[in-house]
Amino acid sequence: MFINNQMFDLDSALLAPTETVLQFLRRHGLTGTKEGCASGDCGACTVMVGAVVAGEIEYRTINACIAPIGQYVDQHLVTVEGLENDAGLHPAQQAMVACHASQCGFCTPGFVMSLAAMVEQPPQSIDADSVRQGISGNLCRCTGYRPIVEAGIRALKAASPGIVRKQSGEAALNSLSASQSGSVLRPKNLIDLNLSLDEALDKAQGVKLIAGGTDLMLEVTQRYQQFPLIDVTGVQEMQVLGHDDLVTNIGAAVSYSKLEAFLNQRSPETVKLLHRLGSRQIRNVGTLGGNLANGSPIADMPPILMVWDAVVNIGSTTRPIRQVTIGDFYQGYRQTVLGENEYIIGVSIPNASIARFHRFYKNSKRIEDDISSVMGAFSFQLEEGVISAARVAFGGMAATPVRLEAVEVILVGQTLSHHLIDSAASLADDLLKPMTDVRASADYRSAMALQMLVKALRQLSGEPLIDITELDIAPVEKVIS
Amino acid sequence: MNQAQSTGKRSVGKNTEHESAIKHVTGRAHYIDDIPEVQGTLHVAVGMSPYAKATITSMDLSKVRQAKGIVDVITADDVPGSTDVGAVYAGDQLLSSVSLEFAGQAIFAVAANSLDEAKRAVLLAEIEYEIGEPILCIKDAFKQSEFLLPTRQYRLGDAEAALANAPLRLKGEQLIRGQEHFYLEGQIAMAIPGEDGGVYVHSSTQHPTEGQKLIAKVLGIDQNLVQVETRRMGGGFGGKETQAAPLACLAALFAVRTGHAVKYRMPRQDDMVQTGKRHDFWNRYDCSFEADGQLLGVKMQLAGLCGCTADLSEGIVDRAMFHADNAYFLNNAEITGYRCKTNTVSNTAFRGFGGPQGMMLAESMMDDIARHLGLDPLDVRNTNLYGEGRSETPYHQQVEQHVIADLMQELETTSQYRQRREAIKTFNAEDGQFRKGLALTPVKFGISFTATHLNQAGALVHVYTDGSILVNHGGTEMGQGLHTKICQVVAEAFGVRLDSIRISASRTDKVANTSPTAASAGTDLNGMAALDAVDQIKIRMAGFLAEHFNVSADEIKFADDQVKAGVETLTFVEAVQLSYLNRVQLWSSGFYKTPDIHFDKEAGSGAPFYYFAHGAAVSEVVVDTLTGEYRVSQVDILQDVGDSINPAIDIGQIEGGFVQGMGWLTTEELLWDDRGRLISNSPANYKIPTAYDVPDAFNVRLYDRANHKPTIYRSKAVGEPPLMLAISVWCALRDACASVADYQFNPLVNAPATPEQVYYAIQSAKRFTKRVIKGGTLLNTPGEGQ
Repeated sequence: MFINNQMFDLDSALLAPTETVLQFLRRHGLTGTKEGCASGDCGACTVMVGAVVAGEIEYRTINACIAPIGQYVDQHLVTVEGLENDAGLHPAQQAMVACHASQCGFCTPGFVMSLAAMVEQPPQSIDADSVRQGISGNLCRCTGYRPIVEAGIRALKAASPGIVRKQSGEAALNSLSASQSGSVLRPKNLIDLNLSLDEALDKAQGVKLIAGGTDLMLEVTQRYQQFPLIDVTGVQEMQVLGHDDLVTNIGAAVSYSKLEAFLNQRSPETVKLLHRLGSRQIRNVGTLGGNLANGSPIADMPPILMVWDAVVNIGSTTRPIRQVTIGDFYQGYRQTVLGENEYIIGVSIPNASIARFHRFYKNSKRIEDDISSVMGAFSFQLEEGVISAARVAFGGMAATPVRLEAVEVILVGQTLSHHLIDSAASLADDLLKPMTDVRASADYRSAMALQMLVKALRQLSGEPLIDITELDIAPVEKVIS
Repeated sequence: MNQAQSTGKRSVGKNTEHESAIKHVTGRAHYIDDIPEVQGTLHVAVGMSPYAKATITSMDLSKVRQAKGIVDVITADDVPGSTDVGAVYAGDQLLSSVSLEFAGQAIFAVAANSLDEAKRAVLLAEIEYEIGEPILCIKDAFKQSEFLLPTRQYRLGDAEAALANAPLRLKGEQLIRGQEHFYLEGQIAMAIPGEDGGVYVHSSTQHPTEGQKLIAKVLGIDQNLVQVETRRMGGGFGGKETQAAPLACLAALFAVRTGHAVKYRMPRQDDMVQTGKRHDFWNRYDCSFEADGQLLGVKMQLAGLCGCTADLSEGIVDRAMFHADNAYFLNNAEITGYRCKTNTVSNTAFRGFGGPQGMMLAESMMDDIARHLGLDPLDVRNTNLYGEGRSETPYHQQVEQHVIADLMQELETTSQYRQRREAIKTFNAEDGQFRKGLALTPVKFGISFTATHLNQAGALVHVYTDGSILVNHGGTEMGQGLHTKICQVVAEAFGVRLDSIRISASRTDKVANTSPTAASAGTDLNGMAALDAVDQIKIRMAGFLAEHFNVSADEIKFADDQVKAGVETLTFVEAVQLSYLNRVQLWSSGFYKTPDIHFDKEAGSGAPFYYFAHGAAVSEVVVDTLTGEYRVSQVDILQDVGDSINPAIDIGQIEGGFVQGMGWLTTEELLWDDRGRLISNSPANYKIPTAYDVPDAFNVRLYDRANHKPTIYRSKAVGEPPLMLAISVWCALRDACASVADYQFNPLVNAPATPEQVYYAIQSAKRFTKRVIKGGTLLNTPGEGQ
């Protein structure tokens, strides 16, 4: 693989399949990249990876602490040591110094990399909001962020895009053309995948399919497990992202960042929700398939897929592809219908479902990069004042994501009224029996779930309710008295 | 002699960048984990108690010993010296084979070829326990009188009499949770075995000397065989004052036993489970006051949750008591501090050291009185501020410098507090989905270690013959810019370029018997010690040059990289070289001890603080009444740092301290399960602020006033005080909740004020109905409805 300005010959035989990019870098003396949490929560390990897309290198940030090195052998890895050139510091580094944006300095390389990635491919507008988006996965405990945001704006204004691409990306492009083998199997299509999976299952128990790995890799870094990996991000059928006249198809290995761009026009609600799902680094690798396959009851995407009538397309080494509705996909706490030799290829969503009125709400202690206490998804069709279709689903309220069909039934065919909304809420209250845990109490969860349902219905009726995240909190100009 | 030359400064007072800034941004700043490992370096992990209270009945570590990669396994029996690593009082066990007092307590330790192998091996231990009944909650500990140390009281006037027969009287209470430090660099130490049974230890610590002492104690050797070095920490915040030592001790012990270099780096989750945090407090007050809100008297009870051992809890609860008045003259006061013992990790120092928890009670009391009387809380605060003739604290120190009223007045004006208050009242009267809250709160924070003997510092300054200068001092760098400020001080004093000064790592073999870098006192103490060293060198040089050029010593001037001797002008380097050739000693130690401070702990009386640092903040919030979710929309801060040595660094401390305090009081929620196991044990479920939580309108200014005490260049301490400015956020959130009951009700908002807390506070405000009790006193009990 190509790291900063030079080719690294990987001896895959010496690599554990679960060795992370961070462990690899530090083992090779590139200690500028830090371990703050080893769980993808703090961003001190942020690095840039450049993948070849249509003959060009495209860069994105990842959390090196939970990324297996074997997934990145054909990419250009850029660390904080690779930003300087003969002319001196990278503009992101210069701005961080000029703005007094480092104190203890431990998180600093991660912030520098997030800012450098923004400089590489600048956002549409250069302002505090866009910088905050870019550093949403970076925690700082010293500065209070103000100087870092300022440094981001300064760097974006000062620099022209594509610095790394020009500096080392082109050399990387030439060297990476000779494909490298890594410690992780990387099938290119479903046929390859079936072969790899069959073989791996024969050889060893515990083989895992990995896409973003943002959850799976915690088994490695927090619980010290080891297992063979098959990387599905290269499987072309799992990278499908598009729609025909009837159905929208989203491949299991499509990253959230790509999904954000894809749904930008058709569902701003989803994009808004995605901005609170993980961080930029997490969304750059995290996938819909992973969110479903890990079976978590607090995953943010399943309630959305439930109200959109999604179907999960499941592949297998032994059976033909089968389709399971998202409602049937979950069997119990962290249990899904997936067998040992099965995997998710992607989901199919009727366009008509996406086109319905929908609202997605998330409640969490911290607005950004936090796991939901409650996640609510709602989809309604209103025809001449009458509700003709209703979907209500929640995450964080039971052992699995749940859809409340009984509530939907009492809504359909009715005219919106306060009475109807109260009845729906009352029924939902009877049906939902959440638990108390580190994120919220059972009572608060129930209250929030009902409030979300009521809010969605009131919004359907045209009431101008908004999320606090949408509120304009900029202070009014000072009155000169 | 330098204090007098305060005009036209070249280095002090400038926005010099952090001495490591370029190293930070390029990744070239080395933290301990970045030091190249020598071949054969071993890695440590410990086996931890799964129970909050238990006795070990049997322990079989044979499978651990046989595990892949394991080189050494030890229990308490293998410690050659003492297993007690208590900082002030005994009780903290390095390893414990018998009685276990919290879930996460270290039982045994392993050294392995890799961290993964060490972590996997500890899971193989076969240990049987007799499980006891733990005390986990502060109220339980209080009710059962489980106190680690004696209860103390400060008394001013006669609080009992002031409360009795008072027409206006109010009671309140609050529960304040602790805080995880979440320094980005986790705890770490690396030990290299030396000769004669000695050891050299790199430790990420705020207190190298304590590491040295405890390593010597654990190994049973003299302190002169142990060297501890700290170049920099990736954040400390108090969490590396005492908590770093056990890692250093274990690494040192394994290094001496095996002859290998040994690294002990705690993975984040272990760090969160095993190391102490900010103390929870359960605070109560009972006060009486005049119709304008002026306090007549108050009784306060502060109960700190210390966890299972004393650690620094004596001083922490003391400091809570010292700050329960905050900036207010209490008139008649009785302040009682309890140190509760629970079966949880032993809580420790955290920026503010109990001060923030004490101040929270004063500030909620001000709000309660104001709403009770229908007054603006700011007016009640202003009415009660210390001032001339109202300057005695409950511990009988006089407040000498009265700047807080002026500072608050300036902030009130520049922040347009009154206009915004009116606008918010109008906004809230619309009774929409959102409510706004506003609060202006002061901070008065006492500077000095309250353990008087710690207020001393040493430094070592070398001037080399090329004119370059190397400085070493007793303080440690954790990001606060201490080394940068010391460089500025030394450059200013020698009149030389800043880039001719270098600071080397803090080391116990360069400056001995150092105090922890804590209590905001790093620059105050070590800056003066460095200046003392510089002065001694300058006096020697001046003495020689005066004689050499036949002028008087006071005609020798150090400025602009030159030394003037009457009409003669030499470059600094020439002066140094000439001095060297004439056998002048060009290096010196320096020493400082803070004057004028004393305190009688038993009597609760004295002058524990050299001076006070002041500040005030206005925070505005907006709350969603449907969910309790909120955002901080504007913050204005005015902070008294005296004559700033480095305004950019000071503003960084203020902003960072404020945001850290905001996290403590809003989203950072420490939670344990009913068996006493920490469940907020990773950054996935313990949420410190992100950039999104900090408003664009975040205006920080420095109050323009020199320290009245002769501190280093008349500056003031800045490390801790700004954290407490964030109490304004908590007060503003409560203000927004109270608006739901038209400001007639004081809702209980325990800290942290998570969205859930705020939601239930709003619900209680909605249910509020005024109740009139006998004598016509309105008494709205905080917490009603929950």
